[in-house]
Amino acid sequence: MTTFLLTAPLLAPALAAVAVALFGWRRSTACASIAGACVLLVIGAVLTTRTHTGHLAAGHVLRADALAAVMLIVIGAVSSLAIWASINYLDVELGRGHTTARRARQYGVLVNVFITAMTLAVIANNLGVMWVAVEATTVATAFLVGHRRTRTSLEATWKYVIICSVGIALAFLGTVLLYYASLHAGATAGALDIDALTARAGSLDPGVTRLAAALLLLGYGTKVGLAPFHTWLADAHSEAPAPVSALMSGVLLSVAFSVLLRVKSVIDIALGPTFLRVGLITVGLLTLLIAGSLLILQRDYKRMLAYSSLENMGLLAIAAAAGSRLAIAALLLHVLAHGLGKSVLFIAAGQLQLAHDSTTIADVTGVLRRSPLLGFSLGAGFVAILGLPPFALFASEIAIARGAADARLGWALGAALALVLVAFGAVVRHASTMLFGASGRSAPTLTLSRSAAAPMLTGLAACGLLGITAGPLTRAFSAAAAALVGTR
Amino acid sequence: MTNLSYVTVLDVAVGALVLFAVLLVWRRDLATLVRLLASQGVALALIPITLAAHRHDGRLLAVGIGVLLLRAVILPRVVATVLRGEQAPRETRPLLNTAASLLSVAALVILAYAVSRPIVDLDPTPATDAAPLAIAVVLTGVFMLVTRRRALSQVVGFLMLDNGIAALAFLLTAGVPLIVELGASLDVLLAVLVLQILTGRMRIKFGGTDLDELTELHD
Repeated sequence: MTTFLLTAPLLAPALAAVAVALFGWRRSTACASIAGACVLLVIGAVLTTRTHTGHLAAGHVLRADALAAVMLIVIGAVSSLAIWASINYLDVELGRGHTTARRARQYGVLVNVFITAMTLAVIANNLGVMWVAVEATTVATAFLVGHRRTRTSLEATWKYVIICSVGIALAFLGTVLLYYASLHAGATAGALDIDALTARAGSLDPGVTRLAAALLLLGYGTKVGLAPFHTWLADAHSEAPAPVSALMSGVLLSVAFSVLLRVKSVIDIALGPTFLRVGLITVGLLTLLIAGSLLILQRDYKRMLAYSSLENMGLLAIAAAAGSRLAIAALLLHVLAHGLGKSVLFIAAGQLQLAHDSTTIADVTGVLRRSPLLGFSLGAGFVAILGLPPFALFASEIAIARGAADARLGWALGAALALVLVAFGAVVRHASTMLFGASGRSAPTLTLSRSAAAPMLTGLAACGLLGITAGPLTRAFSAAAAALVGTR
Repeated sequence: MTNLSYVTVLDVAVGALVLFAVLLVWRRDLATLVRLLASQGVALALIPITLAAHRHDGRLLAVGIGVLLLRAVILPRVVATVLRGEQAPRETRPLLNTAASLLSVAALVILAYAVSRPIVDLDPTPATDAAPLAIAVVLTGVFMLVTRRRALSQVVGFLMLDNGIAALAFLLTAGVPLIVELGASLDVLLAVLVLQILTGRMRIKFGGTDLDELTELHD
């Protein structure tokens, strides 16, 4: 049973990839891909009930604890929405002759490979294998970012692959150093396994571990979109097809963050919590500063959404710096809620881009008047992502603030809140232009088909429900936080 | 192998690794860069092979031969395909001139010795004593990535960085676990294949592989 629970989340999307490769992108294989994502969701839910006291392992390679269970739920939820939205997206692109059946097939295969790689990053037992999986996500998403084959998407892809590969190479350097320290602390087989590292963390050499920690933070921080190597993010998110942007923004960033959290739990035992706390606060505030100032100046709505993701990742860094059980549980709620809300926004942005053939905010105005349903989805998505009730980001942001205050990070919290407010104001201004602004006569008519509206409304409903009551998930978040930080 | 000759061979291998890094920074001709990259791959593979002979470790020897194939044959060949159809196969406008670049590399070697003190102190053996030089190769790779303006030079810089990390892993821990080694090698190969395809597309869209053309996306 354990082996099944740990291999099924890898096999489901992998088999869907094979199906698309064999039969092309059609209704049946698209549904198989959605089913694959739903398998992740269900297995994640089953695992939450089985991991709140310990973890499951299959051989030496796979391991699932409460954090893995929560991350599987996040991957499953956002992936199923994104693939669902891909059906309409690719139909329109194919109908207009912007893409070919061959490229649609490539898209379907790569999306499923991408999901498989993220799953492996979450349930791998070995830090090295996690690294391999995270780098594999870069390779899998490269041609997804470049799917549209324009000059700008080519530019975005090049920057994305180079910056992320170099960043993640630094994380590999950090992993090698950690392995060296672990071997010298007396570990033999499996010196990079999570449990072996945690058990020996107290006797890791502090000098080498410090170097490793800095490299791991920088390296995985690149993939999360944390400063100073965040520059790929806005380019890649704005050029990728909308459902892919939803996947990258909604889950890829947080999967990389979850690896960082695992690293942090080892480093904190070896060096005490201060070392990474200082690092996380520095990069977190820097990221918030960059996101806030670029949000004010933004003219492109897809880039605006990308910088909003950057802002949220900065906030996660502050939550991780606080590091208490409360703060980490809030962080995980934030990850899920942000994943859902941001996917809805990217999917809506994709519809707007298809209609206007432009991603400039000034070209896309008065959406609420022109298409009430699309306007509602976009507006509600903005309300969710701004952290307003009834959506779940309201609860998670308050809990993160409380966690940071409890950890006596008063000044960092103050600075972070000020920057979040700046970002809030900027997004409100752009959102109201898009929703209520006057639109010229030449504005194209907006129509939203039922198949395009369904994934957005589902995502909003899930995010709203999560805000009203997280239900059994509250316990799952708390158990995942406990798996990382103990009962602190 | 006697202990003395083991240390000598190891030092020669690591020394060659650094020497090729310096030459890679020095030379501008793209075809030469590919040949130098292959030579650096041989120097890198010599490290696990020497260690394997010293420790009588058959598995490490197999890994070393795999590294030789990947880094000295396969990867340089993939990079060389980028070169075909290149109009002007020279690095034309790097951000720093040759003299300044070579001085920077010298500074990076000193920096590498400074930051890797804790690594050597933890376990001073002939192998770990050479670790700072592997880190110097990593830093040189990053330096090449940020100062070169041609797509191919950036790919070579990335692979040099990767060679440095692989060398460090062999020197410190006789390599990472096999599953990680295989996965990481596959990732590098795929990443380079992706970059190769992208350069081809770049030549079609932009009429060249000068990265200064990539300036349309900004805030």
